[in-house]
Order: sequence, then structure tokens, then C-alpha cells
Amino acid sequence: MSNNTLFAPIMVNEATRKSQAWSCLCAAILCLLLPATTAHAQTTIEITSGIDDPTPIAVVPFGWSGSKVPSQDVAEIVSSDLRRSGLFAPIKAKDMLGQPHQSSDVHFRDWRAIDVDYVVVGKVKLGGGSQPLQVQYELLDVVKQQRILLEKLSGTEAQIRDLAHAASDKIYEKITGIRGAFSTKILYVSAANRKNRSYNFRLYKSDADGAREQLIVESEEPLLSPSWAPNGRDIAYVSFESGRPAIYRQNLATGEREKLTNFKGLNSAPAWSPDGKKLAMVLSKDGNPDIYVMDLASKNLRRLTRSSAIDTEPSWYPDGKSLVFTSDRGRAPQIYKVSLATGAIERLTFDGSYNARASVLPDNSGLVLVHQEEGQFHIAEFNFESERMRSLTKTSLDESPSVAPNGRMIIYATKQYGRGILAAVSTDGNVKYNFPRTVRDVREPAWSPWTE
Amino acid sequence: MNLIKRSIFFAAMLTLLAACGGSQPIVDETSSSDQAGSADTMGTGADSGFDRDGSSSDGAFGAGLQTVFYFDYDRSTLTYETRQALDRHAENLRNSARVIRLEGHADDRGTREYNLALGERRAKSIADYLVLQGVSRSQLETISYGEEKPIAFSQDEESYRLNRRVELK
Repeated sequence: MSNNTLFAPIMVNEATRKSQAWSCLCAAILCLLLPATTAHAQTTIEITSGIDDPTPIAVVPFGWSGSKVPSQDVAEIVSSDLRRSGLFAPIKAKDMLGQPHQSSDVHFRDWRAIDVDYVVVGKVKLGGGSQPLQVQYELLDVVKQQRILLEKLSGTEAQIRDLAHAASDKIYEKITGIRGAFSTKILYVSAANRKNRSYNFRLYKSDADGAREQLIVESEEPLLSPSWAPNGRDIAYVSFESGRPAIYRQNLATGEREKLTNFKGLNSAPAWSPDGKKLAMVLSKDGNPDIYVMDLASKNLRRLTRSSAIDTEPSWYPDGKSLVFTSDRGRAPQIYKVSLATGAIERLTFDGSYNARASVLPDNSGLVLVHQEEGQFHIAEFNFESERMRSLTKTSLDESPSVAPNGRMIIYATKQYGRGILAAVSTDGNVKYNFPRTVRDVREPAWSPWTE
Repeated sequence: MNLIKRSIFFAAMLTLLAACGGSQPIVDETSSSDQAGSADTMGTGADSGFDRDGSSSDGAFGAGLQTVFYFDYDRSTLTYETRQALDRHAENLRNSARVIRLEGHADDRGTREYNLALGERRAKSIADYLVLQGVSRSQLETISYGEEKPIAFSQDEESYRLNRRVELK
């Protein structure tokens, strides 16, 4: 990879940020040896805020048997998933009085003694055949002293993280009553902007926890606005690779892609309809930015707005009958709603001088959006019933909020020490975590729908 | 390309080793203005083919004329100075068949899609003015990069100001 030499100096810069003179030489030598890919390898998420009283749970290290040791620690992945939700406080393995792998070996008093409410035990087996990896796990309620979940999962060796996330989803749902979204994916754009005016943009897909990053597209020209089709298999995005903005649709599995629009002016902000048949977008071919809806089968376009203002950032209501969008028709950017049936337009937000990039929560209870307050851009929630705006974040340059399909968490982009990172906040504002800072500017996360 | 990359790499290497002479961290985190991947060592926010006042510094388009124009936050209105400088471009363009590209940009406050629209509005604002001065619309091509191609990398007013621009090329 020719990129290695290009990105190696960035790694040095990062690695020596806080180091003293003596370590510089080592870092310089190391950077000659390490491939650039290691710059993205670490995905430790930093939880910065949680609920006051998270549920104590013990995810006991899984037993294993078979031809070789599994490449990933399933219990650790489950534990991280639950911790990241902010609702659970997984205890450390060293604090456990025993490490059973099946419910028949669990002594409830051992867990009551250390104030644990739930215990997860399990084992991993790596055998032969087409589904060599087998995971069995059980969830036990310590208070009731009973098993409340037993599941057996199987897959290929490469699917070990998938199986772990599937287990997290079930455990989370069993305890909270809410479907887990740990098995979902995210799309995001990462960029390197250099002062000599060369830029590099990459669109990535990864697991919701940032692991298994996979490059989708790379370009020296801007890539932005990734959007998921509801099937979780197709995406749309904007690429300037031809020298002008164009909207592309791409299949994630095959890589097959199609240029959907390439009009004069803006081609931006694609947003898939809930039924997957239409794509809302922004085109300025008729003079200035307006909202259009493309029927994907016929490629016919329908124009939804006709103002001389900026109309952008369309996003669908869950029922697919209306959209929200950002418009500065009232001078400052605010959120409006447009009905597909009647074309009627209604202003939704009045609080503050900058409200933008709204999306409707999956339960239709309100909006998640970017809201400016005292000169700072926060992620906020606007409740339809109370018509109340509430900032969920406190950092100053927060943007691109995208809601998990279960509506519990919002992933967004923010800046840390001048560099773009991804972060997440719960819809109630209580739980917050940051994805690790990388050598590149990371932005525009898009949370996938349910993938099964 | 590889050669260039390699040169940048070794230049950075030397810079690094040189900077290691003292015990200070190379980058002060609290004031770090370098975006990811900055491999050079220039201390100023902007680096481009023009000076701070936006004059073209080479023999390319608009030699001797201002080719970068700045805007207020969330605005696309042209200042008196901008209009005066554009009058000179208009005069040149009226006497030639040259097609120029107007690239609109925004600072990184606010959302990306809105900023794309804002950059376009700025580029069009200049295009409209040039047309008013008798330049043919067919000589003017506009494109917006929004906040995607910054030239200054700090989160401060000066960087924001430098990024809210239209470049004539």
C-alpha cells in the first residue's frame, strides 16, 4: 500500500504528542516499521457519562474448547456492549468469586455477596464444518435465583463478533424490554486535510462499536452525507470525485454502484424513504437548493419545495408520509415539515437562531437535531408534544446526529482538540461516550437500520 | 506520486527529530490547529496560492487581482471592497472568452449540508454581480465545497473568516 508512507508521519506526530525527547527516536523508527493500518486498530470507547444507578452485571469469561483459541473474547465484547449502553455496570473478572461457564455451576450466594443483579455465563467451541463456531450462553437473575435466558448461536470463525453482539442484543432486551442495537453498523467519513491543499476522504463502515472498520470509497475530493437504505444493504452518499457533486447509490456487499444524480449545482443530502423505494435529496438545478424526492425505480423526480431560500437536509417521518427539512426561509435556519400528499409546509422549531439537520425519532415522539445555543452547536431533542427543545450535549461543534434504530442512542460528530471524532449520547441525555480519536478527522456518522 | 509522498515522509521525519531536540511536546494539544494529516510544519493558518489579502501570487488567472473574497458568518452579501475588486475582473472577462470557476466555501460552524448550500449561495452572489457588470453567464461556473475544503484549521475567528470565501479560478 503506497499510503503507508503518506500516513506514517501522522502517526509519529500523534505518538509523540506528549513524549519527551528520548522517545522520539524510537517513535521514528517504529513508524518506519508499523503499517499505517495500525493507526485505526484501537477502538477503545471512553464512557464520559452514565446513569446514576447502573445495573450491576457479571459477564463471566467464557469457557472454550476445540481445536484452537477463539480470536476474540466473547464475554469482553458483551461486557463492553452493555457498559456502553450506560445502563449496566459490568464487574471486573478479578472481583468474581468464581468463574462458572454454565448455570448448573453457578452459586447465587457468590453473586449476591458482591451485589450483582445478573450473571452471564457461557462457552465457546471452535470445531469443524460450515458453522465451526458455537457459542452457548445463559443469563441468570440473581435476585430471583433463576435462569431467564439460554441461547445457542453458531457461525463461522469470522463471525465471532457478530455472535457476541447478538448475545448482547438479547441480554439487553431481556433485562430492559428494549431491543438491543449492538449488532448494527455505522457509516462515517474520515478526512485528512493538509495545509498544502491536498485532501483525502474515505467512507467507512464499521460495527456500532467502531470495530471491523471497512473502507467503502476513497477519494481526493469530498465524500459526504452517507445514508442507509432501510434494507441495511444499500447506501447512498455524495461524492465530488468527478469534480462536481453527484449522488451515488452503492451495494455494500457487491460494491456495485450507480450515479443517481449529476445535475448542475448541488446534489446533496440523500435520505432513503422508510419503504426504500424513494430517495429524498437536495438539488439546486432549478436555481437554489430545494427538496426533491426521486422514485428509485423510475428515476422520476418530484420537487417538494419552491422557495428562494436554502432548503436542505431532508429526513423522513417513520410513516413515510412527510419529511422534515432545514430552511432559512425565515432568515435563520429552522426545521420545517412538508407533507408528501398535500405539499403543505409547516414550521416546527422556533427556539433559537439555528436549528438544522433534524431527524424524526423512530417512535415519532420528536426530533433529534443540531441546535445553536449561546454560539455553540449542540445535539438537541425537540419533543413534539411539549414543543420543548432540550440540548443533550455540552460540546461546541456537535453535528450530524443519527439515531440508533431502537431510538435509545444518538451518534454524532464533534471536535476534540480541534479534530473530528465520533461520540454518542442517549436520547435522554444521561449516557455519553466518545469514540477514540484517530489521526484523521472523523465525521458524518450514520447509524444503520436493523440488519435482519 | 510515491516519490512525493516519500519526500514528505522524510521531511516530516527530519522535522520530528529536529523538534525532539528540546523536551517540549511537539504539539500543544490545547491549541492544536493541525487537522489530521498535516505533515508540514508551517505555523500559519492559511496556505494557498494567494497571500493573506487574497491576491493571486502567481501568473495564473487574475494575476495581480484579488481572487479570494471573504464573507460574514451565514451571509453571502458582497462588501464594497469586494464589488470594487470584482469590477476589475468583470472588465477583463468582458474582453475575453475565458470561463472561470467560482468555488464557494463555508467555515465549519453549522451543519455540512447547510454549509454546502451556503457556499453555493456565496459563489452565486459573486456570479450574479459579475453578470450585472456585463459578464456572460456562460463564462461563469459555480461549485460549492461547503466546509469540506478548509484552508485554515483553527477553531477561532481568524480561521473561520479565512474559510468563508469564494475563490475565482
